[in-house]
Order: sequence, then C-alpha cells, then structure tokens
Amino acid sequence: MNAEVNSLTHNTRRDFLKLGVLAGGGLVLGIGLSGCSKPAAIGAGGQPVAWLRIAGDNTITVLVDKSEMGQGVYTALTQLLAEELGVALEAIRVEAAPVGAVYTNNLLGAQITGGSTSVRDGWEKLRKAGAQARSMLVQAAAAQWGVGADTLKVDSGAVVNGRKRLTFGELAEAAAKLPVPTEVTLKSAKEFTLVGKPAKRVDTASKLDGTAIYGIDVKLPGMLHGAFAQCPTLGGTLAGFDAVQAKTMPGVKDVVGTDNGVVVIADHYWQAYKALGAVKIKWDAGANASLDNDAIRARLRKAATRNGRSVRNDGNAAAALKGAAKVVRATYELPMLAHATLEPQCCTADVRADSADVYAPTQTQTIAQATAAAVAGLKPEQVKIHTTLLGGGFGRRLEVDFIGAAMVASKAVGKPVKVIWSREQDMTHDTYRPPAFDTVAGGLDASGKLVAWKLDLTGPSITARMFPPVVETAIDPFAIEAASNYPYDVPHIAVNYNREEIGIDVGYWRSVSHALNCFVAESFMDELASAAGKDPYAFRAAMLDKQPRFKRVLDEAASRAGWGKAPAGHYQGIALMEGYGTYMAQVAEVSMKDGTLTIHRITCAVDCGQMVNPNIVDQQIEGSILFGLTAALWGDITLVRGEVQQRNFDSYRMLRLPEVPRIDVHLLESSEAPGGVGEPGTAVVGPALANAIFAATRKRLRSLPIAKQGIITV
Amino acid sequence: MAAINVNGKALETDAAPDTPLLWVLRDHLGLTGTKFGCGAALCGACTVHIDGEPARSCQVALADVGTRRITTIEGLSADRSHAVQKAWLELDVPQCGYCQSGQLMSAAALLAQNPSPTDADIDTAMAGNICRCGTYNRIRKAVHRAAELLKKENA
Repeated sequence: MNAEVNSLTHNTRRDFLKLGVLAGGGLVLGIGLSGCSKPAAIGAGGQPVAWLRIAGDNTITVLVDKSEMGQGVYTALTQLLAEELGVALEAIRVEAAPVGAVYTNNLLGAQITGGSTSVRDGWEKLRKAGAQARSMLVQAAAAQWGVGADTLKVDSGAVVNGRKRLTFGELAEAAAKLPVPTEVTLKSAKEFTLVGKPAKRVDTASKLDGTAIYGIDVKLPGMLHGAFAQCPTLGGTLAGFDAVQAKTMPGVKDVVGTDNGVVVIADHYWQAYKALGAVKIKWDAGANASLDNDAIRARLRKAATRNGRSVRNDGNAAAALKGAAKVVRATYELPMLAHATLEPQCCTADVRADSADVYAPTQTQTIAQATAAAVAGLKPEQVKIHTTLLGGGFGRRLEVDFIGAAMVASKAVGKPVKVIWSREQDMTHDTYRPPAFDTVAGGLDASGKLVAWKLDLTGPSITARMFPPVVETAIDPFAIEAASNYPYDVPHIAVNYNREEIGIDVGYWRSVSHALNCFVAESFMDELASAAGKDPYAFRAAMLDKQPRFKRVLDEAASRAGWGKAPAGHYQGIALMEGYGTYMAQVAEVSMKDGTLTIHRITCAVDCGQMVNPNIVDQQIEGSILFGLTAALWGDITLVRGEVQQRNFDSYRMLRLPEVPRIDVHLLESSEAPGGVGEPGTAVVGPALANAIFAATRKRLRSLPIAKQGIITV
Repeated sequence: MAAINVNGKALETDAAPDTPLLWVLRDHLGLTGTKFGCGAALCGACTVHIDGEPARSCQVALADVGTRRITTIEGLSADRSHAVQKAWLELDVPQCGYCQSGQLMSAAALLAQNPSPTDADIDTAMAGNICRCGTYNRIRKAVHRAAELLKKENA
C-alpha cells in the first residue's frame, strides 16, 4: 500500500473510532430500517430486518455479521437469534452479512471480528432481533385470526393458536409490513432452550466434503490468477522490475507493480507462480536494511530505562519495595511471533470502472472496504465485500495488506483476479506479535507476605498504527492487558508502560498483550512464591479472598489437576488470568528426562460467565491452549537485515498430533455476563508450563521459546 | 491434453506436465476441497490418495501421475458417508476447517491399512497434518470412532 492509501486508511480508521464512541453508547439499532442501515435484507415476502430473512417457503436465513474463522460464530450467534425467534438451529441457514453500519461491533467501533467480542457484542443484538421478528410474526398471525397476540404461542417456526398453525413463511409477507417493535422482552436465562446447550456446529458438514468456500476457493467467470512477491525487507518498496521474459511464459497475461511488490497475472496460479520467479525485481530495502533482533532488543532495553507512563498505581510501590524485607527483581524478554493461518493470505477482486466486488477472508469488513476502494480509486459504497470462510484468523486478517494487490491486478487487466500468497510470502510478511522487554519487582515482608509489586512494560504499540486516535491521549489498551488488572491483594502495586517502536509493523496476535503480560506476571508470581518459601498455589490463593471468580477457577484447576499429588517424577505449574471477561486457571504437568521435556497434561478451569454453546467453548479453550503451547515451545520470528528468517513450517514449527498432551477443560457454571473464549487460553498456558518446568528443573524461564532455553522439546 | 483419473472419472487437462497435482485439481479441474497450505509437503493440507496411498499433492507433478487413480475429499464418498466423515461430524471436529480435508484423507488411508489403530499408530499416520486451530484431540478420538463405525459396517 502506498503512503497515500495508508493515510486514507488511517483517516478512515479515525472515522470508525468516532463512530465507535457513539456506537459504544448503544445508539446502533441491530434491527430494522433505521437511517443508517440499508434494507438489504428485504426479499419478496421477506422480513425487513438486517439480521434475518424469512422467505415464503419457510427458508430462514440469518445474516451473521462476524467472520467465521473457526471460532464458531456462525453457530453461536445463530443460536442467540434462534432462541428468541423460536426455531430450531437446524432450520436456519447462515449467510455472511454485507458491510453495513448496522453491523458495527459496539465494542470495537467498526465491523470487526476480534478481541473475543463476538458473543459479547451479539448477546443483546441477536436475541433482540429474534424477539422483534417473533413479535412481528405473532402480530401478523393475530391480525389474520382476529385474536389477541397474547393468546398465541410460537412453536418450532410457526405461530400456534390451539390446533391452528401458521408457519413463519406463511406470515412473513404480512409481518414485513408491520413496524419493528422497539421494546421487546427477552427471555430470562431460566427460559433458555437453546442458549447454554452444546449444540453441534452449523458449518461442520461443509468442512468434511470440500464444499466449504474459503477465500482461496473463490471462482468467478473469467477469473485470472495472481502470484505475489513483496520486498524481502520489511517495510521496503519496489524500485523497478523487468518482466520481459516472464511475459513470454505460458498463460501469463500481465505483470504489474504495487508499491511494495510485483504481481504476475496468468490463466492459472502455477503459471503465475513460475513466471514470478522469472521477473527481475529491484527492491529498495528502505530504513530496515540493517534491522535485526539484536538491534530491536537494544532499542527496547534502552527504552526500558525511561520512566514509563503510569497504568496503575495503588499505594506507593517504590517506597514499599525499599522497605521490604526481601526484594526480588527479574527481567523478561519475549519474542515476535507469526500468525501462520493455515490458509495463506489471499483475495479475489473484480474491479470495474464504477464498482468492485471483493471476495476476502477478512476480519474487518469496514476497513477492507475502505482500503479496497482507496486502492481502486472508488468510493467505499461502490465496493461490495463478500466475506468468505476464513482458514484461520487469529488477528492476522484484521490487517488489509492482502487486498491491495488483488485490486491493482484486477484493475490492470479488467478481469477478476485471485491473488494467493505463497507460504513464504505469508510467513515473511506478517504483522508479528510485538516483542517485549519487561522488568518486574516484588517485595516480601519478613513473614513472606507480598507487600509490593511493580511491573514496567516496554514494547511497540499495535493500536498506534491500527487505530491512531486511541493512543493520542490514552495508553494503548491492547498493550497492558493482564497487567493493569493484576488481581492479587497487594497493598502497593505499580504498572508502567513504555511505548517504543521498533521500525516494523506489529499486529494483534491471538490474546494480544495478554500472552506477553500474563507470562511475565504469572511466572514472576512463581518466583515470589519460591522466594517466600511457599507453595505456588497456596501463595496465590491467599491473596485472592477479594476476587471470588479468580479464586474459584484457581481452586478448581488445582483440585481437578490433583495439585501436589502428581505421580513421582512429574511436576506441576499453575497460572491464572482474567481476559475478555473470562476467568481462567491452568495447571501444567510435566516431566524431564535427560534435559528433554514431556508435557503430560494441561488442566484448565474456566468461568466465562453465561455460555452460549459449551461445545464451542470447549473447542476454543482447547484450541487456544494448543496455540499458546506452540508459541511457548517454538515460536520465534527473527530478522536479519530486515528480512524474516522463518519461511515455512520447517523453520516456524507447529505443534503436531504426536506432541499434543492431554487437555482437560472444566467449564464452570456461571450466571455472569458472557465472556470471550477464543483467546484467554493462549495466554495462560505459557506461564503454567514455564512454572512446571521450574518445579522440575529449578530453571526459571524468563524468555521464550522454551526450545531456545536449553530444554529439549523433541 | 493429459488424461487423469480423478474420483473414478477419466478426465483431461491442459495443465503443463510440471504442474503440481494440487493446482491441477484446484485450478484446472475445479476441485477446491484439496487445500494449499505450504507448497513443501510440510502441512498436509493438500493430502489426496494416489492408488489408495496418501500423498501430498503439492509435491506430485502431473507428469508423474500417469494412469494412477486419484481420490480427493470430493470423492471420498458421494454423500459424506465415509466412516471418517461420519465420525468427524459426530464429534464436531473442525474449527476453521481448512486442514480437515487433508486430515480426513490421511485418516481414511490409515484406516484402510489398519482397521484398529492405536494412539501411537494414529500419531504416526497423522503427524504430517498440521491443524493450526488445535483440533488434534478431537481428531484422535474421531479416528478411533471411525474405526468402530467401519467395524460395524463390515460386521
């Protein structure tokens, strides 16, 4: 993307944030024909709502505003609507919603899937939409029968009056003419018949026979295929290219430049990929030509000597540390990580003179639309975004860097073009999880009680690039998670944050700063317990009397894991966290033989409030633990001369089936508000594992990955 | 034009002989159920059967396929009735689902060779298939479940 587009995107992002402030105040109506929502969902005899269509033949379609990237939103959000509408989940088909203001995520201010917000954002909206539609259908039936609406019942997609039934399909046309009720009464938790039940996912079947359509699978009439090469140096640009030879190769239609890369366009992908190798490209490496990990570390280390901005200040931590009987200090350093979605970045664009269709596996429809429009020289409303299934997201597809090349290519050839990144392009041109350089200190009194805790965080800000207005006055909220909400009852607590940019773009990576800060805070709690001569579980539990939800998950995880009763030669480590409104504790059980680590079991206790679908919660918790485990064991992105050294799964290692330990997930009943479940598990497993390794070896891991700390992970 | 036998059908393709089978299937024959993940036989997303044996289609050139029979996820069964598909559905295995075509093809090939695999057998046979979402424990359970279903079918 060139500078102009960058600034356009940034300005658009500014607008979203303003909108977000409004939307956060609850002004977005999730249903109906308010001024800002297009009546896109009206069909013949259909229901005039943004969230669902009911056709005369009883086809009920829910338009899901969040992107399905494996986290189960097509199922869970549909469950919410179906609960109030009064139909079985199986009776509903799901469609990806278009771009629309009505679909703004109230927690994030744009149409974004991220931050484990989907259920939290949809909890009211989708139930309300279901209840509103149900009310309209009941009123339509009441009018037809000439009876009071309150005498009627809804049963499995029909309105019932004694033995008389009218299906939703039969009522849809009449119901569509009624005003959308503003006030509806939602069911109480006790009345739920679908919400809270472990329903099967609605998208499973299509993922078992090759019919599910991901971004990479899009097919359009006349479509060409593009292969893309970007400047190997992060942040570098295209200086020029010679495509004379490439253009003579079979199937090649054109070769076009973007600001930072070259796209070869051909009849088929393999032709494009091969011809890309024949293009002679001249790169301008730019400012990062000599950037490497040592330079980044040195920059962070130096920045850490400054006094950071105060995130939290209870009592007087500095004075309390001076007066403490025993002070423990440590420095933690954490590496950059790639998202490595299994579906590489890709996008299909069909750019015409006055409009465009973009088929994208995106987590952010609004920004995708604005970006596509800016690149093609169109207005956002001229660009239609079609959200496909995502072959993994994890924050990677909050970026829009995979859209520009497809727009440029399609515009150049006047045909639809699908651009697919090779794995090497994907791995070396990610926006990586930020590195961190954190110092932490704790003061114990003579009895071993923790009286002061001080954490100084240093690292680059993701939000400064993604949503600049947020950091104009405030500290990046996505840099201080699992630190600002340190839960332990300690009289003197200080958390400071030092923002230090490192010259490359960093991105939101599953659980974002939770994964950094929880590792530091919970590893260090173990260091403090050890210094105090106390059991790590008991040491934590003693400081959580005022935090019943933390205490509950800690106790549950310890009890389920058989804390302190591990088999001979097995060792345990424990960690906890609150993130996204979800409380979680994990116990890792390991053994070490001749320096080789074996992970036997991860036990996880979760209080995520009211659950919508425990089957999906279980999937997400287990999957997020394994995601965190992969990172803790092997995740490390390194730079040499500004070029990422990890290129494929041989050098950026993924957990595989033989390495997967037993995972026991215990979901606790809770009537609290729903919490997010896609991310917290990723953050907690690292410190639980490192603490178990300490128990086994007395070796404290203050940096990751584990495989680079003298521990053999096989 | 080259002749190729895919999912029991004799087809023809104009793909160049050095084109990896993966791209012949996806781009030339429109069978997009087989996925591109790494292009280097490191992730298993492109797993198909060649004469019943699991193979990474990104590493097999069209010229080397010859008359051998290719089976892709689309041809594993006509109606999702293969035991692995039934077991995967029953245990709700997929999350993003992108790797699952490859997982299913590896699992089906394993069970064809070994109707009663142990955990260790499953680990060995499935080690080449990466799942970034971490559905592994459900995959392991589903392979065992599919083995049970196959035994019932054959009883």
